[in-house]
Amino acid sequence: MSANTVSMASVPTPPASGSRAWKKFKRNRMALLGGGIVLFFVIAALLAPWLATHDPLKTSFMAIRKAPSAAWWLGSDELGRDIFSRLLFGARASLMAGLVSVLIAMVVGVPFGLLAGYFGGWIDSIISRFTEALLAIPFLILAIALAAFLGPSLSNAMLAIGISAAPLFIRLARGQVLGIRKEDFVTSAKALGASHTRIILSHIVPNVIPPLIVQATITIATAIIAEASLSFLGLGLQPPNPSWGSMLSTAKNFMIQAPWMSLFPGIAIFLAVFGFNLLGDGLRDALDPRQER
Amino acid sequence: MLALLLRRMLVAIPTLILVSMIVFMLQKIMPGDPVLALAGEERDPVVLAALRETYRLDDPLPMQYAAWLGQVLQGDLGKSLRTDVPVLELVGQKLPVTLQLAVMSILFAVVIGIPAGILAAVRKGTAVEWGANIAALSGMSIPNFWLGIVMIMLVSVQWKLLPASGYVPPTEDFWLSMKTMVMPAFVLSTGIAAYLMRHTRSAVLEALNADYVRTARAKGVPGRRVVLHHALRNALMPIITLVTLLFGELLAGAVLTEQIFTLPGFGKLIVDAVFNRDYAVVQGVVLCVAVGFILMNVLADILYIVVNPRLRHP
Repeated sequence: MSANTVSMASVPTPPASGSRAWKKFKRNRMALLGGGIVLFFVIAALLAPWLATHDPLKTSFMAIRKAPSAAWWLGSDELGRDIFSRLLFGARASLMAGLVSVLIAMVVGVPFGLLAGYFGGWIDSIISRFTEALLAIPFLILAIALAAFLGPSLSNAMLAIGISAAPLFIRLARGQVLGIRKEDFVTSAKALGASHTRIILSHIVPNVIPPLIVQATITIATAIIAEASLSFLGLGLQPPNPSWGSMLSTAKNFMIQAPWMSLFPGIAIFLAVFGFNLLGDGLRDALDPRQER
Repeated sequence: MLALLLRRMLVAIPTLILVSMIVFMLQKIMPGDPVLALAGEERDPVVLAALRETYRLDDPLPMQYAAWLGQVLQGDLGKSLRTDVPVLELVGQKLPVTLQLAVMSILFAVVIGIPAGILAAVRKGTAVEWGANIAALSGMSIPNFWLGIVMIMLVSVQWKLLPASGYVPPTEDFWLSMKTMVMPAFVLSTGIAAYLMRHTRSAVLEALNADYVRTARAKGVPGRRVVLHHALRNALMPIITLVTLLFGELLAGAVLTEQIFTLPGFGKLIVDAVFNRDYAVVQGVVLCVAVGFILMNVLADILYIVVNPRLRHP
């Protein structure tokens, strides 16, 4: 588990045309499996209220720590709540955290990266030094510190993870732009008198998008683990609302009496992260033909 | 060469200053009055005023930063609110545990990841490569803290093979120390092993396609020797950089691993500090980790220059 980075060649390849990339992606069985796993979790999260067999918050003292059975598909927890239903609703927190924090990271990171790469000079120096400084603090430690100072809640956890992941996107966007800005089509746009804004938005951004999609997919995987870690430490979604990390946090106190409490949330995190990682690898192979993993 | 080394060290200074600013700003993002957070349960106005004075909270921000940095440079990272122990002393106490954990994890990762990567490259297109790839991706996807819980359930509870928690310094009882550390180190190594495997695989693949390997094969060097002597040697060059980069990951992973196995290291220190709202300690640990990481990078670059003669005469 780690803050993965995309190490794509910074020299741009002509963006693989959509249909060619899709054909390549379709042939890659592992990538399709990854996409399938991701889709499975998205559907589970969206349909959670209808798929759940119990109210995820309803405690029942008659059903404390029941082993998996027909009534409790994945068992029940220390307060008699249904683990299957809590996992379904937990998927919402995990996926949302993954998505929102990566969006935050992109919204913060990409513009700075574009500016640094495009203008160079002192703007680049400042942004790059700052990025290096942020990268010197290990991703999860920065996220924990930010979440601790911001205060425990899901939105603060997402903010903390997003800020911690932003340098990845600054670096990626900057590197991509550095490769593109000397290309003929950018020079000719400049010669034709296009403004900086126009050149960045209509000539550079489209070429930066494919590697950004790959990085975003892989970073969602990282962010899901980070959210689970923060919730595990009590810095994420607050009880009684279910999140996979906080479920594991209570489960570790019942390792001997109720191993199923630890087993299933962990499998859920693992599968979701595995799915996004597979999908990210597949997208990388499809979108960047030159990158041999 | 000396000039080169010196320049490399000077480059680290702006980064160090920026890191210190980021760490300083951490306490400024805290919602509400920082004095109330610093004071903990204390609500006596006299104490609050004294705290405000100590931390210069009424000064303008740059002044506060300058004062803080001055103290930090003198080795004063503040005191723990709970125990009144200086933060630097706490860090010093916990460092050996985390270092032992980190070194053992890196060893595990190297022993697992590099051979797996070589195998995957040499057996490209077979079930071996496929299995190694899946294993690596799993290693990157499995949450450390969950793997820790599962291993405790199996190895300690079910099979009663290894202790589930506790720490013994190696100087006290070497074997017992290894026994308590083996599981956490393995858990922590999975992610890094996965990285090393993927890196080694693609580096060896690349090297196997290089001209010098073709030449070696053409002149009849046996296959095993080509892989180990010619391809691997060149593929392993960037490993110094990779290991230093992964060291940061390792420290981050140690946070949860130490929590699960109740090892009294860095990670446990920061988590306990978070729980106790002991903000000075959180800040201090973050600063120490970042500074350590930057120094590691400088060290790696220097090592690079020493190892690689081509870099000595720019």
